Amino acid sequence: MMYDRILVRYGEISTKGRNRNKFIDRLRKNVKRALSDFPNASIQADRDRMFILLNGEDSDEVGRKLRNIFGIQSYSPALKVEKELEEMKDAALELFRKIHRPGQTFKITAKRSDKTFELDTNGINSEFGGHILRNIDGLKVDVRKPDVNLLIEIRKEAAYISAETIKGAGGLPAASGGKGMLMLSGGIDSPVAGYLTMKRGLEVEGVHFFSPPFTSERAKQKVIDLSEKLAEVNGHFALHIVPFTEIQQAIHKQVPENYTMTTTRRLMLRITDAIREKQGGLAIITGESLGQVASQTLESMYAINEVTSTPIIRPLITMDKQEIMDIAHTIDTHDISIRPYEDCCTVFVPASPKTKPKLEKVQNFESYFDFEELIMKAVEGTERMVVKPASERKDDPVDDLF
Amino acid sequence: MIYLDNSATTKPYKEVLDSFLKVSEDFFGNPSSLHKIGGQAEKLLQQARSQVAKLLDVKASEILFTSGGTESNNLAVKGAAMANRERGKHIITSSIEHASIQNAMVQLESLGFEVTYVNPDANGFVSAEAIKNELRDDTILVSVIHVNNEVGTIQPIKEIGAVLKNYPKAFFHVDHVQGVGKVPLDFYKAGIHLCTISGHKFHGLKGTGALFVKEGVRLSPLFSGGNQEWKQRSGTENVAGMVAMSKALRMTIEQRKEKLNQMTAAMERLRDGISQIKEITIHTPQQKNAPHILNFSVRGLKAETFVHALEEKNIYVSTTSACSSKKKAASKTLLAMGVPVDEAESAIRISLTYSNTIEEADKTIKAVAEAVKHLSEVVKK
Repeated sequence: MMYDRILVRYGEISTKGRNRNKFIDRLRKNVKRALSDFPNASIQADRDRMFILLNGEDSDEVGRKLRNIFGIQSYSPALKVEKELEEMKDAALELFRKIHRPGQTFKITAKRSDKTFELDTNGINSEFGGHILRNIDGLKVDVRKPDVNLLIEIRKEAAYISAETIKGAGGLPAASGGKGMLMLSGGIDSPVAGYLTMKRGLEVEGVHFFSPPFTSERAKQKVIDLSEKLAEVNGHFALHIVPFTEIQQAIHKQVPENYTMTTTRRLMLRITDAIREKQGGLAIITGESLGQVASQTLESMYAINEVTSTPIIRPLITMDKQEIMDIAHTIDTHDISIRPYEDCCTVFVPASPKTKPKLEKVQNFESYFDFEELIMKAVEGTERMVVKPASERKDDPVDDLF
Repeated sequence: MIYLDNSATTKPYKEVLDSFLKVSEDFFGNPSSLHKIGGQAEKLLQQARSQVAKLLDVKASEILFTSGGTESNNLAVKGAAMANRERGKHIITSSIEHASIQNAMVQLESLGFEVTYVNPDANGFVSAEAIKNELRDDTILVSVIHVNNEVGTIQPIKEIGAVLKNYPKAFFHVDHVQGVGKVPLDFYKAGIHLCTISGHKFHGLKGTGALFVKEGVRLSPLFSGGNQEWKQRSGTENVAGMVAMSKALRMTIEQRKEKLNQMTAAMERLRDGISQIKEITIHTPQQKNAPHILNFSVRGLKAETFVHALEEKNIYVSTTSACSSKKKAASKTLLAMGVPVDEAESAIRISLTYSNTIEEADKTIKAVAEAVKHLSEVVKK
């Protein structure tokens, strides 16, 4: 076993003043959940950093779990040693021998927060560098682009030696900053929007509009599968399935064809807003990206947005499709999203929807019918399910097949 | 019965057969059908894919299901060669590959590709340096076996992958059929683009396999048809077979954790015991070798005679690889290592799995010693 712990550096948490403890506590819980497969590992979280004591668990495997946790800026597998110079030098050399391969260059990076330590940073550099150079043949120093950067950190309680710093996911700890409702269609964009919002610490719940028999069980299953991916962040993901068939039929009766899309979106937003209120959320999240489709022109957004004053978070608004797809690939939702089933937006799409709808016109069309009653009915008929990450799914009846 | 031919094929786990039967009976739908029965089958296929991906530490979208090792190997090398033929026509492989690579290469040669075959050293290892020496500007593919199926040597895949990092045009295929579940391999870290596994080598069923295709790598398909498996492998998916394979892989990897020590001990016992017999030369090196394969020659005896002699004692071993043993050809891996022809013709392969025990090893040693003694007497007369 090369390392006995992993040092975790916080991201922006450190700037959060009095709320800091809350953030750290949230992060600790998220880390604990992510490491549930490693029963021996234990977590020590203090104000500046977190240590995961491995107690025999594999540092690579544990590290891999940390990579996706929001709120972690970076982490380093490390070895704790007593602040005895000779002991430290031997430990540094032993660790170096295990990771160094012939031909590789190195440097020492020293950090000293314990100013009472006998050597200063320059002293540590030369003492440790010299010790390693004397013991390994043909080794060269490269201070600009070393293959191995050996970090030696002297703190009050002990010294820590490590050889690599791995970038974390950044952001703020998941579910540390309030709740928002994500309009989840099943396409490529909305899961990405949800993910990016979670990155900033929001707890996100999904809202999906389901129109049987125009859309199939598999379209719904697709959204559940996407929810499973999003559930990896928090350990669970609440999904609201709204029965939408009746409303869509009413829209098609009441509104001229080229305006049905605008009205459909307005009603979806009203329903989402009502669900949000019920769930105690404070925002609505969408996967809209300027100009991508007819409903996402500035004119459309103006006409649609009018139904609510709730903040609408649109993380993708300025992104290109390719950028969005790249993120969808990294969070593993892309291949689910491209499964070819009709959703309620694609089934009822008019041949030529208005790309520049007028607010007054759509208000006028909607004024001849009372949608409020249908909206209430849809909200009441909404099914709320809590989806677990695929990796934690245990009670599936077909599981014994696998 | 003592079955020691697990590199030829393994006995399917009972649990694997249960899954196969249940899926075939209760979820027989075509995953492409739109109705619920199709949907269930599709869901099972996705779950099988996710499980295989997770066990191999890759993404689900990078696992393509096939009918086995031969198809995966063919799809990998022919698919990559044909898709990249505008970028170059040079391919590098080793001279100790499985027949499905070797003969695919022969076919590619007839289509105008140039193939360089790198020889192993006397211990059966193909060095990264030797591969590096053959790399050219027009090299588009390098294919190397991970664990050699005849002698069990572990090739330096990670080092070869590191060399190839400087050759962005060359794709790297690894035949991992003998290695999976026995010798761990980190596909990403080793810089692998394509990697073959086969279900029946780890207690799954014949006719099941997978090819890892790294994100972004394009292949030219072997089969034309309904565009299943991301258009890379047409044909209605073998849902029951893949569910069974994903279970077999999980169980094998769990077995490894529990029983690797037991199997290693049995192998050590076998090696110690068999190497005491003076007529026997052991070919499998003692370092960088897989824990489950032992190859040796019995001086002056035809391999086939020896296989039948052990069979009489209810012990099942193999001549060279199962695929070439019927042809009575000498082991080509041994020939490539520089082993003399008569010795290579008398080569025997013992291959273990996690259920083999020290007691079985002891019985085998005894039987081998007796067979050698008995047959040598007959031959001398």
